[in-house]
Amino acid sequence: MSRPEVFAALRRDLAFLLDEVLDVGALRSTGAFSQFDADDFGTLVDAAIEAAAKLFAPCAEVLDAEEPAMRPDGSVCVPDELATALNAYIEGGYLGAALPEDVGGMGLPYVIAQAMYAAFFAANAPAAAYPMLTAAAANVLRAFGTDAQKATFLRPMVEGRYFGTMVLSEPEAGSSLADLRTRAIPQADGTYHIVGNKMWISGGEHDLSENIVHLVLARIEGAPAGIKGISMFLVPKRRVNPDGTLGPLNGVTLTGLNHKMGYRGTINTALAFGADAPCVGTLVGTEHRGMATMFHMMNEARTGVGLGATMMGYAGYRVSLEYARERVQGRHPDRRGADEPAVPILEHADVRRMLLTQKVYVEGGLGLGLYCAKLIDEHATATDAETKEALDDLLAVLTPIAKAWPSEFGPRANDLAIQVLGGAGYTRDWPLERYYRDNRLNPIHEGTNGIQGLDLLGRKVTAHQGRAFRRLLAAIRASIGRFESVEALQELTTALDGAVGLVAETTMKLGAAAMGGNVRLFLANATEYLHMLGHVVIAWMWLEQAGTAAARMDQASEDDRAFLEGKLHAARFFTRYELPRIERQAALLQRLDDTALTMPAGAF
Amino acid sequence: MKILVTVKRIPDPDASVKFANGAVDTSSAKWVPNEFDQYAVETALRLAEDAKSKKRHAEIVVCSVCPAAQRQHITTFLAMGADRGVVVDADDTALDSQAVAKLIAGVFKKEGADLLVCGKLSQDTEGNEVGQRVAGLLDLPIASFAGGVTWDQDGKAMVVSREVDDGVETKKVPLPSVITCDLRVVLPQSVKNGVTPDDYTYNEGPRLASLRGITMAKRKKVEQLKPADLDVEAGSAISNTGVNPPPARAAGQIVESVEQLVEKLATEAKVL
Repeated sequence: MSRPEVFAALRRDLAFLLDEVLDVGALRSTGAFSQFDADDFGTLVDAAIEAAAKLFAPCAEVLDAEEPAMRPDGSVCVPDELATALNAYIEGGYLGAALPEDVGGMGLPYVIAQAMYAAFFAANAPAAAYPMLTAAAANVLRAFGTDAQKATFLRPMVEGRYFGTMVLSEPEAGSSLADLRTRAIPQADGTYHIVGNKMWISGGEHDLSENIVHLVLARIEGAPAGIKGISMFLVPKRRVNPDGTLGPLNGVTLTGLNHKMGYRGTINTALAFGADAPCVGTLVGTEHRGMATMFHMMNEARTGVGLGATMMGYAGYRVSLEYARERVQGRHPDRRGADEPAVPILEHADVRRMLLTQKVYVEGGLGLGLYCAKLIDEHATATDAETKEALDDLLAVLTPIAKAWPSEFGPRANDLAIQVLGGAGYTRDWPLERYYRDNRLNPIHEGTNGIQGLDLLGRKVTAHQGRAFRRLLAAIRASIGRFESVEALQELTTALDGAVGLVAETTMKLGAAAMGGNVRLFLANATEYLHMLGHVVIAWMWLEQAGTAAARMDQASEDDRAFLEGKLHAARFFTRYELPRIERQAALLQRLDDTALTMPAGAF
Repeated sequence: MKILVTVKRIPDPDASVKFANGAVDTSSAKWVPNEFDQYAVETALRLAEDAKSKKRHAEIVVCSVCPAAQRQHITTFLAMGADRGVVVDADDTALDSQAVAKLIAGVFKKEGADLLVCGKLSQDTEGNEVGQRVAGLLDLPIASFAGGVTWDQDGKAMVVSREVDDGVETKKVPLPSVITCDLRVVLPQSVKNGVTPDDYTYNEGPRLASLRGITMAKRKKVEQLKPADLDVEAGSAISNTGVNPPPARAAGQIVESVEQLVEKLATEAKVL
């Protein structure tokens, strides 16, 4: 089903965020996107929403029901509908939306491309994963590839003829990549033979594209142990001849498929490199610097994962809202007589609570995803080193939040959507259980949320004596300063100001503990820290949305007033129901709580 | 080869109809492209292109009769892939089908087109007249309600299959000629042009505009004509005497017994 209620709402939400909150049109003033007219961005995002609704949404159910299967000859089969949808996506030019024109892309701002992804994620995230991985891999090659690698692989990837993957994990090295064992054996011609087993590789084998470009992490023979000995290699499924035609298979063997709870349309594989035949790879970037190279892709993938989690939550919110408007059941507590008319369940206070909770999670998350994307554009178009450094800092500290916060609270939104429908939500008659199963992947992949907490507190917040963290707080305080004189927003600005103070104080105390040398204790509650700072950042996003809504209210049409009132009301809801959670988290963190850390293993 | 395709904007058929002053009130309507015209443009594109190499073997001109300031739908069809547009600047709501047909016939002659492709009707008035009238005015062969089209390049003709009451009829119409399109013409293999392999499978339905198509559409040429440029006097021989909403449905009744139900069905509803 195409779920029109999701896409009509998304159109309005994206227009509000892009035009009114983020003012993406201003990116054109840098001269970088001058090939586009003022109204192009909105028109193109609308086209993506239509394409998502018409091409991606209708096949989401079948991709879930017909899991990819492995044939006896080692090839795989996926539903035909996936190839049809992806071909139309590629023909539409979406794969290269944000890639520059000189490699065959459209040269759109990254924030516009992310808004387009938002639509495709809401429609069918498992299908969107293939082009997303491909665009991210193409971006790595564009930044780090040799001229020969670019000449052979980049354009076919942008054109969607070759798909891309990221190949990191191994059966014995997932979150701990420092332990990976795959070997790269130098050859006389400058290439490497890759030997090893890899696990959890999305899009690792299929016939959806002519070729697959694997970006593989491996250790050059004799390289140092640990993270510093890892390099990245480009390993095609099929070798490519100098004239661009496809050569023989390249020794990448499918050893099995992972059968997943959700996200089934994205095939997930175990691969063996160089097991049966030589597997030839070429170095991408600098020797032993593979992790840094891969993180160029990972940061993009991480914000993408957060956005996907948000959008699955968004789709569930909209479907459950529509249901709550139509489903008539029960009466108000003060009008319970059998002769009183039953009311739509939207009338019940607890249903409203569940819907508003979903709304603040998903629309707050969407605000954050697009804000981060716009920072990437500002970084790309900035000309002075100081601005670039400031944006680098903000992105560094926001990336783990942009990944982990939506992937924690997006599934919670889906959980509530199921609850709104009751028994119906638990059945396959509705898409909510599928959204939930799909979304449950997001706290796990691209660095588990636990890892994101460690990255945020142990690395990003503490780096350069807390410079990035201070810049984040300054950015939030700047918003507070902008809005604190608006009467309708004073409750929000006061609460957020207090929250920023509390987070600053908590971080100081944690920092002092880290200086004391007890790193285990310092990081023991890193996930709580991420949730705390995440809630403050989302409250900030809500202040921005509410502030924009308040300023627009006077000139708004009747329909628009309802939309804008919804933003103001949701911001108040987040401030009253959600933001106070940080007080408990701050207390736990400030006293360096060791309850979890000190539980004896035998006592569980 | 030049293909002229007629395109029209209509009030959004999914919106509820409003009435005012004895007419349908379109003052606050959202205007959208007519669905059957999307089939017509898709048919023209499949005839014109090599689906594999994307090379074009015919020029596609989209033509609309509408106020010049309200030609957004033309941009939509240019974004789908038409090469250029012609707008005849007139208030189409004040024209009857014959006047519209004369204007289209005038554009067809002026362009020296080889083929006119129309949607079989517009969803607002469901007139199903313009294609036939243009063929009559220009004395051209016509195949209406096309469900499949094959371009016979050697015979300089279109072979059109059309659904009729007792099956599918196949007509061969030599060029220049007129085709009006029905729904099935956009099935994956309904149009064959002798260039794209016959077994090529299109996605079902009219194509969506690509991102590049959308940005290029605004740079494509749209010629603006007045009815006088085509020696046509724009007007209407038909006058509307009134438009009324259907009567509201009366409230239901709860009956006490089967006997009472039968009596009411017989005497009040008069259906027995």
